[in-house]
Amino acid sequence: METPAPLLRFDGVICRFGEVTAVSGVSCDIASGSFVALVGASGSGKSTLLKTVNTLVDPSEGRVVFGGEDVSTLPPARLRRRVGYVFQGIGLFPHFSVAENIAIGPRLAGEKLPPERIAELLALVELDPAFARRMPDELSGGQRQRVGVARALAGGPELLIMDEPFGALDPVTRDALGRKVRELHERLGLTTVMVTHDMAEALLLADRVLVMDRGALVADENPRALLAGAGGTVAQRLASVPRDQAERLAAMEERA
Amino acid sequence: MENIWEILPGLGDKLAAHVVLSASAIGLAMLIALPMAVWAGRSALVSRVALSLASLVQTIPALALLALFFPLLLSLRSVFGEGLPTLGFLPALMALTLYALLPILRNAVTAQANLDPGVLEAADGVGMTRWQKLVLVEAPLSAPFIMAGIRTASVWTIGAATLATTIGQPSLGDPIFAGLQTQNWALVLAGCLASAGLALAADNLLWVIEVGLAKRSRWMTFGGMAVVALGILAALWGQSTGSDDRRIVIAAKQFSEQYILAQLIGSRLEAAGYAVEYRDGLGSAVVHSAVANSSVDIAVDYTGTVWANYLKRTDNPGREAMYEVIRDWEARENGVKVLGRLGFENAYAFAMRADRAKALGVTSLADLNGKAPQLTVGGDPEFFERPEWIAVRDAYGLRFGKSRNFAPTFMYNALQSGEADVISAYTSDGRIAADKLVVLADPEGALPSYDAMLVLSPRIANDKGVLAALAPLIGAISVEAMREANFAVDREDAGKLTPNQAAQGLAKKAGL
Repeated sequence: METPAPLLRFDGVICRFGEVTAVSGVSCDIASGSFVALVGASGSGKSTLLKTVNTLVDPSEGRVVFGGEDVSTLPPARLRRRVGYVFQGIGLFPHFSVAENIAIGPRLAGEKLPPERIAELLALVELDPAFARRMPDELSGGQRQRVGVARALAGGPELLIMDEPFGALDPVTRDALGRKVRELHERLGLTTVMVTHDMAEALLLADRVLVMDRGALVADENPRALLAGAGGTVAQRLASVPRDQAERLAAMEERA
Repeated sequence: MENIWEILPGLGDKLAAHVVLSASAIGLAMLIALPMAVWAGRSALVSRVALSLASLVQTIPALALLALFFPLLLSLRSVFGEGLPTLGFLPALMALTLYALLPILRNAVTAQANLDPGVLEAADGVGMTRWQKLVLVEAPLSAPFIMAGIRTASVWTIGAATLATTIGQPSLGDPIFAGLQTQNWALVLAGCLASAGLALAADNLLWVIEVGLAKRSRWMTFGGMAVVALGILAALWGQSTGSDDRRIVIAAKQFSEQYILAQLIGSRLEAAGYAVEYRDGLGSAVVHSAVANSSVDIAVDYTGTVWANYLKRTDNPGREAMYEVIRDWEARENGVKVLGRLGFENAYAFAMRADRAKALGVTSLADLNGKAPQLTVGGDPEFFERPEWIAVRDAYGLRFGKSRNFAPTFMYNALQSGEADVISAYTSDGRIAADKLVVLADPEGALPSYDAMLVLSPRIANDKGVLAALAPLIGAISVEAMREANFAVDREDAGKLTPNQAAQGLAKKAGL
């Protein structure tokens, strides 16, 4: 079988901030169409690595290649229209309506989204078209992040990068939105990279899990292999938490 | 006393000038502060330096800041040429602009620093350029806070603009200063009411805009802006209806005699067909330079003042010699024409209450020697720095127990109430006779003469019409006539006159 050309490639990426080295040499390819979770403890460098993709962070050394082009050679504004970005802070513009928030990327490119397209994007994230006219402060946290996802998808991106996208949401909303994103990934044929510190979320949503520790990539496995004990100590320490929880819950059910 | 409600409608042109000056200062401050705040948002160093400098300006009293621009602009004339105005609108605008910077800058910097980091990250994440981020996100989200800063700046500026009067810029300070000097409280109140009303109106209008921005109500935002713009346009229109020809500008320092003489000079010129304009309430130091550079055209100055302050002389050659030296010096050094002496002196003299002088057995300055340590001496704000005081002190060996500064108008009240035992009075002051004060003799001749003289700027020094209109004033005003006119303006009872009325009486008495 022929391996498709990678959509995204990290090539010896190192990020230093003064004395601190956040990312200490990461190389890896991400195939088109894959859903990759980037997992690690706080301070492991996963968010920094993710932000090198849309050049919110510039690597000190190495390069990031997207669709065959070094991202540092692309004009940032044009690059970021091709890369949908969802993050924990959500960052809806409080002075824009939901529709204006969703349409901002295309608007910057000089394209005006018609109301039907806004309604379609709202439908993708399971929001009523009437939401278009609301202001962000009238929405719940989960609704806001749904709008955040719709905004990231508005420009028809090839790549969706997400930084702890559901971190601030309650567990029920979090689970529902996670499933929704996975479904959209399939339906729209996206390539998705999601940063999370929650291994359960990574195992359930992704088809490939990268584990980072102190700036380095320490494991690269599929969820099944990780559950089976592959990936080394750091990965197993992270994977053991949901596995143990699942076993304890199952045991409880049996006793009942 | 005039009624406040009769004075207020006559303040239209002062109000227009006040609005134009304040609006220009705030507009200019915004033009400087807003880009600076954007820069400060990208550099902590710039932020610190800009805010410290703006705060430093606030520690300078507004009056001093306004006065400082006069010598500054004078020195800049070597760069920009003699056409650079040193009095009036330009220095007032510069000082008030500096004053308005801080609140605008501080609010704009704080607003930027407090923007939600998530929103800024999103702006980058959706691909905004720096400029798009500024225009689409940072500016609209900061706008209500910046507007609050502009409101504060407006209230400060409208208040401080009343002080522009002292550097020759017409404003609502004109009635306040004129009223303070002539103890016409209705005039003071009218000026204060007008400027307070203007400040309140501006504050409320800008508040409407601020709320409009915060609530994203276009109606309130643009409605408020439209009313502000209309107000400024009306003021501009009100100002521009005056004649464009350069009028003859008559200066008056900050005391009653100067206001009366300015009116007397003005009425004679008007009778001769000239258009005149008054610059009332100028600082004493400002007047001399202003005449020399033709910012004002006519002033009444005093030989002793020029002798000590500008010739820097401390000797006393006698009344005639002093006048001749000054007349020649002014013509040679400044191109200023000293037309002549009016006929009276407004010299420094030491005065006491009659009962107090009698009780202490004092009739001359020499008698104070030995008694001074138990006494308080009062003087106008500059008196104890002046060479006259030093000369008197040293000639008679006077060491007073206490010395206090009073505004000239209040000095006599202080003497009556016992807050001062001896004051540095002025010989032309009507209250010497009215209060039956004892003027102490000066056997050593330590006090120099202060002949009132008419000085003309180089611009009109050779204007035959002006010279002819003013020539009859020379030698025409006796000290008794001047005292009477001064007292008529300074008194508090029913006989109180405006400077203009007193000037008419003075003209009659002088046979003009």
